[in-house]
Amino acid sequence: MITEFGHFALILGLGVALVQMILPAVGAWRGWRSWMRVAEPAALAQLLLVGAAFLALTVAFVADDFSLRIVFANSHTTKPLLYKIAGVWGNHEGSMLLWLTILTLFGVAAAVFGGGLPLRLRALVLSVQASIGVAFYLFILFTSNPFLRLAEPPLNGQDMNPLLQDPGLAFHPPFLYLGYVGLSMAFSFAVAALLEGRVDAAWARWVRPWTLAAWIFLTIGIALGSWWAYYELGWGGFWFWDPVENASFMPWLLATALLHSAIVAEKREALKSWTILLAILAFSFSLIGTFLVRSDLITSVHSFASDPTRGAAILVILAIFLGGSLTLYAARAGTMEARGAFAVVSRESALVLNNILLAVSAAVILVGTLWPAIASMVWGRDLSVGPPFFNKAFTPFMVTLALILPFGAMLAWKRGNLARVARALIVPAIFALAVGGLAFALQTGRGALGPVGMALGVWLVGGAKYDLWTRAGHQPARLFRLPRADWGRAIAHGGLGVSIIGIACLTAWTKEIVTTVPLGGTFDLGQYQVELVGIARERGPNYVADRAEMTVRKDGRTIATLWPEKRFYTIAGMPTTEAAIRTGALGDIYLVIGDAQPDESYAVRGYVKPFTLWIWLGAGMMALGGAFSLSDRRLRVAAGAARTADAKVAAE
Amino acid sequence: MRRALAAVALVLWALPVLAVQPGEMLADPALEARARALSQMLRCPVCQGENIDDSNAAVARDLRLMLRERLVAGDSDQEALDYLVYGVVGEFAGFGEGILMQPPARGLNLILWGAPPALLLTGLGFAITARRRARPAKDELNAEEQARLEEILRS
Repeated sequence: MITEFGHFALILGLGVALVQMILPAVGAWRGWRSWMRVAEPAALAQLLLVGAAFLALTVAFVADDFSLRIVFANSHTTKPLLYKIAGVWGNHEGSMLLWLTILTLFGVAAAVFGGGLPLRLRALVLSVQASIGVAFYLFILFTSNPFLRLAEPPLNGQDMNPLLQDPGLAFHPPFLYLGYVGLSMAFSFAVAALLEGRVDAAWARWVRPWTLAAWIFLTIGIALGSWWAYYELGWGGFWFWDPVENASFMPWLLATALLHSAIVAEKREALKSWTILLAILAFSFSLIGTFLVRSDLITSVHSFASDPTRGAAILVILAIFLGGSLTLYAARAGTMEARGAFAVVSRESALVLNNILLAVSAAVILVGTLWPAIASMVWGRDLSVGPPFFNKAFTPFMVTLALILPFGAMLAWKRGNLARVARALIVPAIFALAVGGLAFALQTGRGALGPVGMALGVWLVGGAKYDLWTRAGHQPARLFRLPRADWGRAIAHGGLGVSIIGIACLTAWTKEIVTTVPLGGTFDLGQYQVELVGIARERGPNYVADRAEMTVRKDGRTIATLWPEKRFYTIAGMPTTEAAIRTGALGDIYLVIGDAQPDESYAVRGYVKPFTLWIWLGAGMMALGGAFSLSDRRLRVAAGAARTADAKVAAE
Repeated sequence: MRRALAAVALVLWALPVLAVQPGEMLADPALEARARALSQMLRCPVCQGENIDDSNAAVARDLRLMLRERLVAGDSDQEALDYLVYGVVGEFAGFGEGILMQPPARGLNLILWGAPPALLLTGLGFAITARRRARPAKDELNAEEQARLEEILRS
């Protein structure tokens, strides 16, 4: 009953979305204010209806209603409650509904926080937003309906993929979708601006908080996903250049570029048409990302063929939004004249370079991700493009970006003085080179990766510090009176440096041991001795586990006791490894227990992974920096300033 | 029921959960290090995007063992990879180029390998032409802005 109610609410939502798409647009075109005003109540109604549908599906999962096809396929009575709720979006149909729910949430947010926007722009934004919604309602209702019943309800379900039954991955999709969908705001603003034929500093200021919020969510979402891969997959990798990961990374790169180009558009009224194009592309890549992951378009060509309606629908939606917005862009971009000219050495130029590096690296990842599909379609070859290619193709872009970043952050607008900036940065530069040299001298191998990564990271963190220090006029008291945007920039840029240190150290200096050890036996892991104390059979809610107790000693002193597990999920019929990790500021100890060997010993894997925590610490700093910028007075004041513009329109 | 489940679990327990196994590893650390490095370049043929070192699949294990056999037999890195990819005529068919984590840089794959520099040059060229084309800025206000300015000054 509740399920049918949710299904019906979803269909009603489609009706409201159609109204919200058409009426405000017509109103904006004819200048009918009452029609434009339909947008806000419609956005609220959509949220209530889709929210009800989402809630109904959640109730079905929590109440174990196995007459619902997706509950049967993805749940089980013994599954813990957290994963019953996360199970709602742990499958294609439910995740599409989550996407739509978040879209309507952003629609309401735009209606509420967009109070300062000119009426026409707001109506157009909400209309474009609703058109995205309509596409998703149709896609869900006709190809991926989560509310379909089974004719003969089974007694119990098939359980969810055990790899997904994990807190890190339970919250990964909502954050990722908040990011993807947040970029739809930038897209809607871009299309609305193109329709209006007007892009100015005020527009850039309105679009920036949305992009920033989306970027923060995307950063957190990607970090959660890679953290999950690190501790759950059992070999301590954090990034595999898998198509699914690339699908979320490309929108992040473009959103990062958009964030920076929007600053130029806002402060200098330059790069306007490029900013619009980036907003369109960033959201289009989010769409591609959403669909790629859930449709297995690339990882497996077969599932694409097995459900041709879904695949075809995806292509049509992409064609309409990407094709439509790019056509509009081609028609209107010429009318946007650039206002602010700038010298070759200036912050604008540095940001242009930033944008080129970020956008081109995203394009390179796209080519690499699609290449196997192209090769198999065009000349029938079976190829793989994996980490060795991406590491080689992507790293040079990031190294260049990290090298120029501190200069760019400190150069003046319009015409900068490179010599002066270089003088201000001499201390962090020397410090970075010293740290890199020290790392090179101390490491055992001859590899460049570790030392270069350390030096770049220190350069970025030091550069961020000197950026703040210079801006405060070398007076500590003034540091805390700097605008929050300055702090946000420094924290986020420093965070990038921290992440680079983590990634480089982990990749370059991981110590690994694979061996067998009898019960009570000890093996050496770098500077540590690890003892396998015992193994016990444990019973979880929907799995059984072999749980090993291992003590880690250093110089005879016990520093940690760890319990790595090998689980077997009885209903899903899948084994998983649960690594035990001792996290430290300077490095992790990572232990995995394996199978019993014929001679009564056990296979074990151990790693010492230096500075691993720093990868996610840096990501957290980036997100925090974004939050600081978002709370800056300038963006809040901008909303107020816009109100007077609206009042002026009202007076006309 | 419970006992039956436990029995099923015990049977399935034998599924290999770890990737590279201690028993497979070579005694010679230098050879083993080469084997591990080469394993990163080889994709497990039945899984998506996992290298043979990380994969639990049986065929990945076969590949790991074959790779070590070749290294012990004295193959160079390239010879060992070629053997696994192309095989030996009349003896072993090879797994095909699909198991290489990066496509060999020849033929049409040169497009892939050439893409990063080509795209970078395109981006730079695009930026430079856009800059050249951009007319020098007019710092004066347009009519609309002038009107708005006067309105502000009046109020």
